[in-house]
Amino acid sequence: MQPTEQNFDFKTGTIYAPAPESTSFVELKGRYDLFINGEFAPSTSGRTFKTINPATEVSLAEIAEGNAKDVDLAVQAAKTAYEKTWSKISAKERAKYLFRIARLIQEKSREFAIIESMDGGKPIRESRDIDIPLAAAHFFYYAGWADKLDYAFPGKKVAPLGVAGQIIPWNFPLLMAAWKIAPALATGNTVVLKPAETTPLTALKLAELFQEAELPKGVVNIVTGAGETGAALVSHPDVQKIAFTGSTEIGKLIQKTVAGTNKSTTLELGGKAANIVFEDAPLDQAVEGIVNGIFFNQGHVCCAGSRLFVQEGVADLVIQKLKHRMSSLIVGDPLDKNTDIGAINSKEQLSKIQMLVNAGVDEGGCLYQTSSTLPDRGFWFRPTLFTEVSQSHRIVQEEIFGPVLTIQTFRTIEEVIEKANNTPYGLSAGVWTDKGSKIFTLTSKMRAGVVWANTYNQFDPTSPFGGYKESGMGREGGLHGLAPYLKFVN
Amino acid sequence: MKQEKDIQMSSETRLSVKKTYKLFIGGQFPRTESGRSFHFESKDRSFQTNLCLASRKDFRNAVKAARGAFKGWSEKATPMLRGQILYRMAEILEDRRVHFTEELSFEGLSQKEATSQVDLAIDRLIHYAGWADKYQQIFSSVNPVQTPYFNFSALEPMGVITAMAATETKESSLLELVSAMAPVIVGGNTLVYLASKKTPLTAISFAEVLQASDLPAGVVNILTGDETELLTHIAGHMDVNAVLYLGSEGESLNNLKLLAVQNLKRVVHEETPDWKNPNTESPYWIQNFQEVKTTWHPIGQ
Repeated sequence: MQPTEQNFDFKTGTIYAPAPESTSFVELKGRYDLFINGEFAPSTSGRTFKTINPATEVSLAEIAEGNAKDVDLAVQAAKTAYEKTWSKISAKERAKYLFRIARLIQEKSREFAIIESMDGGKPIRESRDIDIPLAAAHFFYYAGWADKLDYAFPGKKVAPLGVAGQIIPWNFPLLMAAWKIAPALATGNTVVLKPAETTPLTALKLAELFQEAELPKGVVNIVTGAGETGAALVSHPDVQKIAFTGSTEIGKLIQKTVAGTNKSTTLELGGKAANIVFEDAPLDQAVEGIVNGIFFNQGHVCCAGSRLFVQEGVADLVIQKLKHRMSSLIVGDPLDKNTDIGAINSKEQLSKIQMLVNAGVDEGGCLYQTSSTLPDRGFWFRPTLFTEVSQSHRIVQEEIFGPVLTIQTFRTIEEVIEKANNTPYGLSAGVWTDKGSKIFTLTSKMRAGVVWANTYNQFDPTSPFGGYKESGMGREGGLHGLAPYLKFVN
Repeated sequence: MKQEKDIQMSSETRLSVKKTYKLFIGGQFPRTESGRSFHFESKDRSFQTNLCLASRKDFRNAVKAARGAFKGWSEKATPMLRGQILYRMAEILEDRRVHFTEELSFEGLSQKEATSQVDLAIDRLIHYAGWADKYQQIFSSVNPVQTPYFNFSALEPMGVITAMAATETKESSLLELVSAMAPVIVGGNTLVYLASKKTPLTAISFAEVLQASDLPAGVVNILTGDETELLTHIAGHMDVNAVLYLGSEGESLNNLKLLAVQNLKRVVHEETPDWKNPNTESPYWIQNFQEVKTTWHPIGQ
């Protein structure tokens, strides 16, 4: 069988003219301060750091760098708000604030989408169609839970925990803020949020939105900074709950920090998901799913389908189709609506990807990259495949967090189940087959928290997300996402 | 006349046969590989015995047995079958109530207390037996996503669980063992249980109940030994998915939590609960040792 698609030449630029999203109505201030007790204020140290556009390396704004003292101020504000306001108002009123926030995000969706793409490097098509609508939907979903918690836990009475310290990554900045803040507020907790240092802008725009929504002061506080700021939040004695999304390495550090305390944790950590294609799969759909699985958001996705397993009989064909499909992927300006793969989030991340890809080559992996032309400035990485790799290769074991896919083949269903599960991670998995019984065998045997059958990288506020094993603990989303912010009182 | 006298004589002089208390690993009753033991005696010293002081190697063997049994217990054994096996345990325990009441009294309980503990343990087994094919419906969900996908979340067992009954002020072992074990295994997990050194008797005798209950070998493994000696090995074992710690807060628990980070074991802590409290039996105890898996599939043609 040969692919029958016409071979378009995407490199000449004649098919797609540039279609950049206008940034003209986006207003960014030169400097963004910490958001504590309902007000913006500089850090006590007066220190700031720059946030840059990874596609141009141009600075977008100066951001206040919070230290332990700032974190303390934020936690005290959250504690006071918890005791004096947020736990006193009725659940119905709490819900209405969250509905209001959801509406305001929808109203400002274009502005949020553009800033998200400028600050983080992700294609505007993704921030516009996925990140921002899902963030609004998340607030809308959890808003409705606020006055219905008695129905969520049969036989139990529940109560909030207090102040939640939340630390979020740079891959889905606003969406992760929504995943964290919405359930925490719906269940009656107050929040101190630390955005990632490379992508603080949409969280700070969200703070402005909270002011507009008249959210009582101190209910959400936002302290920007890097690792030290986060560490101060994790070890603060008045924080009852830590919710973290990020690497397994930092997740373990957090878990060690709180080991001697009564803080509870929710951790959404790394992954190295298997995406499994059987001979009887609809191959063209599967190829789309493979591309979406690993190249979505430049591969900066904890649940990325980074280990492809193809059944032997179709391996050559799938790889051929995949390379053909990859040749049409447009790498470049995140603000261009035609862009498929935007900028790598930071210089640091780019070197990490490069280092692991070099390791892959050194260990004998067979490298394939598209020949896309890359912009002169900014951080970029071409869509990359590795064949001729085995389970023991570093690139098969370690999370790369970039647009790099390893491909292995398999013969039997038992073999692929064994290989797919042979990792300390367990966040997600994908399976492609037209046979229903095989789908259920595979989905039930994957030791992973989210399994996509004949699709990949789908998300929804109602759908619980989270990992087995070293991919984390606890769930976010859906009814199951309420429990991490509540305790039983009977 | 002479015959009667002989019988009387023999009953006065007959030497009783003492049970050797061993470990329970993989459905067998081995002695500890270390050859070590510890002494147990009742308060009035009328009952005395030696028990195995389990070693790190015994623990590792027990985890291996538990891991080996996990697939069969979580996948092959249906929820209903798991429930029936728990019910069978209750039947056998009911049958042996006199023996367990006596052992509990050696551990220091009054006759009345001991009887009540055995009764509660039997009833608790039946309570959880009934949950086997029901908790999934309480905790799973069909998620109304906005896009054309069928999406559902269901519980799956975590894997190999180790439960530690910290010594401290334990009054009785049987009810604690049953209360800790039943929710773990009814949900498809397998278990390594380290009994309290202070009250170890009924744990090993309960293994005899397990053996008579059609429970597949390795699903429950029971050790007697020193909690402080084994704690670091339990916490650091890379093939244990979660630890249930039954004891008060303090250095041991903190150590356990620290070492558990290595493979992100889930640590469930219950501070020496009052096992007679009805709140200590609930499906939330089953949920403690379950993961939530969400599955997506497109809806279309």
